[in-house]
Amino acid sequence: MSEPIKVPTMAEYAAQGKQPEVLFFVGCAGSFDDRAKKITKAFVKLLHKANIDFAVLGTEESCNGDPAKRAGNEFLFQMQAMANIEVLNGYGIKKIVTACPHCFNTIGNEYPGLGGNYEVMHHTQFLKALLDEGRLKVEGGKFKGKKITFHDPCYLGRANGEYEAPRNLLEKLEVELVEMGRNKKNGFCCGAGGAQVFKEPEPGNKDINVERTEEAMETTSEIIATGCPFCMMMLTDGVKAKNAENSIQVMDVAEMIANAEDL
Amino acid sequence: MQYIPNILFTIALAAGIGYFTLNIRKIIRNIKLGREVDASDHTGQRWSNVFRIALGQSKMVVRPIPGLLHIFVYVGFVIINIEVLEIIIDGIFGTHRVLSTVLPEGLYNFLIASFEILALLVLVGVILFWTRRNIQKLQRFWKPEMKGWPKNDGNFILYFEMVLMILFLTMNAADQSLQTLGVVHYVDAGAFPISKFITPLMDGLSEGTLIAIERGAWWFHILGILVFLNYLYFSKHLHILLAFPNVYFGKVVPMGKFRNLDSVTNEVKMMMDPNVDPFATPAEGATEAPAKFGASDVMDLSRIQLLNAYTCTECGRCTSVCPANITGKLLSPRKIMMDTRDRLEEIGKNIDKNGEFKPDGKQLLDDYILREELWACTTCNACVEACPVSIDPLSIIMDMRQYLVMEQSAAPTELNVAMTNIENNGAPWPYNQMDRLNWKNEN
Repeated sequence: MSEPIKVPTMAEYAAQGKQPEVLFFVGCAGSFDDRAKKITKAFVKLLHKANIDFAVLGTEESCNGDPAKRAGNEFLFQMQAMANIEVLNGYGIKKIVTACPHCFNTIGNEYPGLGGNYEVMHHTQFLKALLDEGRLKVEGGKFKGKKITFHDPCYLGRANGEYEAPRNLLEKLEVELVEMGRNKKNGFCCGAGGAQVFKEPEPGNKDINVERTEEAMETTSEIIATGCPFCMMMLTDGVKAKNAENSIQVMDVAEMIANAEDL
Repeated sequence: MQYIPNILFTIALAAGIGYFTLNIRKIIRNIKLGREVDASDHTGQRWSNVFRIALGQSKMVVRPIPGLLHIFVYVGFVIINIEVLEIIIDGIFGTHRVLSTVLPEGLYNFLIASFEILALLVLVGVILFWTRRNIQKLQRFWKPEMKGWPKNDGNFILYFEMVLMILFLTMNAADQSLQTLGVVHYVDAGAFPISKFITPLMDGLSEGTLIAIERGAWWFHILGILVFLNYLYFSKHLHILLAFPNVYFGKVVPMGKFRNLDSVTNEVKMMMDPNVDPFATPAEGATEAPAKFGASDVMDLSRIQLLNAYTCTECGRCTSVCPANITGKLLSPRKIMMDTRDRLEEIGKNIDKNGEFKPDGKQLLDDYILREELWACTTCNACVEACPVSIDPLSIIMDMRQYLVMEQSAAPTELNVAMTNIENNGAPWPYNQMDRLNWKNEN
């Protein structure tokens, strides 16, 4: 098997009296969900490739509190937020990158009011910046010319107005981007947000992730690209529900870039 | 005797405006039942929103067909009001087409001509709107919450506008015939590009009949406007006034940014500060913890949320993009707004009757909005994005979830499990926080 990847922690950096360029906030899904861990690793490989001086909090990281807040438990949210802020401020963190739009939204928008002020970037924004600065190079590789659709995560798109960074990356991969009917501002939720992913849906006539997966399949794309580990779970389940694993797969944009580079 | 019409007109005008003012004051009183909010931030952004979204209708035209038709009706409504000004002056002082004596002839003719063209466009718009509701039966107008009054209300407004526009054009047509006949009082003024096609229908009518038609149309038109003005309060049509303040007070931070509860912040800070004495008596003037977290009734909501409820015109764009609604769940963001207004009105009537609010054993939660609706929301913000007048149904859903969880511990079981996990091990799943970095050694 391949060698374990090098993932420095903030504690290690602090012990050496150093400060990394950026903190990678991995998030719960990226740490524990088997599918999302692959996104985490792909992103770490890209960080190494671009020679980014980064660190993670490791065991000092805790849930950002988004599911608690959106489930209505403001207490638990603020407890989580303040505990995280204490750790982040303790390390003097200035810049954070995360591969999860929920961490991105919560830390970027809701932490400042509680004393946590950081420059927070979604990994697609971060990767785009690396490409723009020439610190990372990417060529189409195996995705060149492939039909690919992009699913906008609500907390990246509508919630924070970022529609272009992930699409820019796909462009760099020279894919044939086919938009779904509902995209960008009108993007259709995968069904996970607002803590829904942790519970059974309310009674209805269809599951939201199936509705979205069907829409993605209508584009006859080979890949549904996205930028959120929870969208990843929901759409992967949707593809399974449609028995379409052989015709369409769900991938994070970072995975695609790492893949194209054979990392 | 000759002053009787002027007196009657003035009485009608005063009654119409008086009753309307009374009801507007009720609306303001009801909105003030809500929590105060500080909206003194982002002034520039707020005004720019008013110009873009409210005046400029930028979100209406996201759906081009209804957007264009709505612009006809909206511009018609705003511009034709200049004509109403003339009607009011004429009515009070017994003049006829008074503006023609004040304004240059060319300008006056231009104004009247544009009113006529707009009136026709309004008529076309309103007829097509009616068709979309009743013949084409657009799905969003036939959702469960649109049964009964909301459905009739939508149609009444359209009938009102049709009648008003027809009366306006009839009045002009008769006036034109009278001008041609050279009848005294009917000064030669105005250009009539649309009503000139109605005039031929009046050929051969006597001077008396024509005057009766002209006066009749004039009176019904202005009385109709006064009745319509007072109908607003009882209708979803209040948006023609409230859309502007509502857009001003709309959300100006990223849609993903939800409000942090300050009362909770204080308590959490106390919990985390080892130097705090939990038994200390609170300092003089210290802000007390609120009686309740979240919202179970309209008084717990903010004034902006209550203004949202009065502004909602039940177009259903929110519901038509809601992932929960589309997949057959009970949740409809429009119903959240309609329920909020209905409950607020109920409380308003209670206050009218009793002088102050007498508990009626009802509340917004359960008696209007069901838990099943609240728990179906994915917080995706599609409803907020879709609203052409910056209403935020999601914020009400969130406040009510806060009440359910923090006051009643009534979250769905699976969510309680996830929250317990977050509390115990810092992740929504039962994994140990010490294993958080294990992924780096896995293949």
